[in-house]
Amino acid sequence: MAIVRASTPLSPDMIKGLAVGDTLRISGRIITGRDKVHKYLASGGESPVELEGALIYHCGPVAARRDDTWRITAAGPTTSMREEPYQADIIRTFHPGAIMGKGGMGDNTLGAMASCGCVYLHLTGGAAQFYASRITSVEEVHLGEFGQVEAMWVLRVHDLPALVTMDSHGRSLHTTIESNSLKRFQQLLENPL
Amino acid sequence: MDTSLVYQSMYDLIRKTSTELPEDIHTALKNARLREHPDSIAYSIFDTILESSGLSKSTSLPVCQDTGTILALVKASQTGIYDEIRSCIIQAVQALTTEGILRQNCMDTITETNTGDNTGEHVPGIHFIPENGPARVGIMLKGGGSENVSTQYSLPDNALKAGRDFEGVRKCILDAVFQAQGKGCAPGILGVCIGGDRASGYATAKQQLFRRLDDSHTNKTIALLETTILEQANSMDIGPMGLGGNTTLLGVKIGTAGRHPACYFVTVSYSCWATRRYLIELDDTGAISRWL
Repeated sequence: MAIVRASTPLSPDMIKGLAVGDTLRISGRIITGRDKVHKYLASGGESPVELEGALIYHCGPVAARRDDTWRITAAGPTTSMREEPYQADIIRTFHPGAIMGKGGMGDNTLGAMASCGCVYLHLTGGAAQFYASRITSVEEVHLGEFGQVEAMWVLRVHDLPALVTMDSHGRSLHTTIESNSLKRFQQLLENPL
Repeated sequence: MDTSLVYQSMYDLIRKTSTELPEDIHTALKNARLREHPDSIAYSIFDTILESSGLSKSTSLPVCQDTGTILALVKASQTGIYDEIRSCIIQAVQALTTEGILRQNCMDTITETNTGDNTGEHVPGIHFIPENGPARVGIMLKGGGSENVSTQYSLPDNALKAGRDFEGVRKCILDAVFQAQGKGCAPGILGVCIGGDRASGYATAKQQLFRRLDDSHTNKTIALLETTILEQANSMDIGPMGLGGNTTLLGVKIGTAGRHPACYFVTVSYSCWATRRYLIELDDTGAISRWL
């Protein structure tokens, strides 16, 4: 349950040392990608930015442009599970160091994380201002043809806290919670009103 | 009514809905934090939530980046008043999207392009309810993640051994909570409809989310069902964001609708902790006379 300060890109050694329950405090560049970016990358598209060791953030920000400068007005995580069909392929092709979003991901992603060295970082959904306040600037916007929400935003963040809920050793907090809650759910089904 | 006043009222209503978490939900989240150990993941999630919603209020910026599906209910005595309110809602949505208070959240399903201003086929969803008395308008912004985990059961459900009675209803609702885990941004609020048809079930379930968390159903049996399910769901240790904890739901609000003898639907509209909804009443000029 360590608190670890980290700068992106993440080194393979740092990724290997992270375990479920650790908190990262991230500074540096992060790269957003939602459904359209994932589908594009998984079907052979070239990434406009280097993804080796990078942090891919499942997020569709709210952005406003003033005097040619983008300002992010809200930027919480979106549900990661929607990218489950693509994420493992993307991890194997591009070798990102971390995937960040909410809700956790499935077994395919967990397997790719173990074989390639990658972690899943969990943020609190809906906390859009908390995370927007950690974004210091918008560095680049790519794949704008997917629309503002689905574009690939390169953001600079400072001291953004994120919880490791899936590590590179095959552990997932989401699996643990789900199997514990299943037991309780089954008990409740058998206790009528 | 004065069109410019109606427009200003709709602008103020939608802006506040996007940027200020309702007071009853804020209170429920503060109370939920008290039920967690200060060293727990759950406690730190509630800290993040409360800090973020405090920031959104003080800066007048969106509570959540997901503007969600925009739902408007308009109660008015004449269609002319409804038409005027409707056109002002659409204009206010377009203006607030340009200002970065609402995200561009409407995709054209055929062309797969974003319409860019939050309007499109049936979007925003604006519903007219004819009613005498002063005009009332409700706005709800409900996140897409929570919409995705919303669900509908047709009883009997053999897998859940859920029959056509309130015990069967209880099993379905708990199943919906289990299946959702943290994906709908728990702790969630459930709007439920027992009965109705496939369409009215979802509409009625969603409308329950306008109820205050601290209210109680007027029917004692339904009120008991609400509190029982709330307590049982909170014993499942799914917790905020599905990472474990003592609060999985903030509220359960159940409505009912008449049903076809052959049909028994239980519809669960799961809403995230960041459920944003406000109701206002307008005076004869179109200005806001009170927040309900």
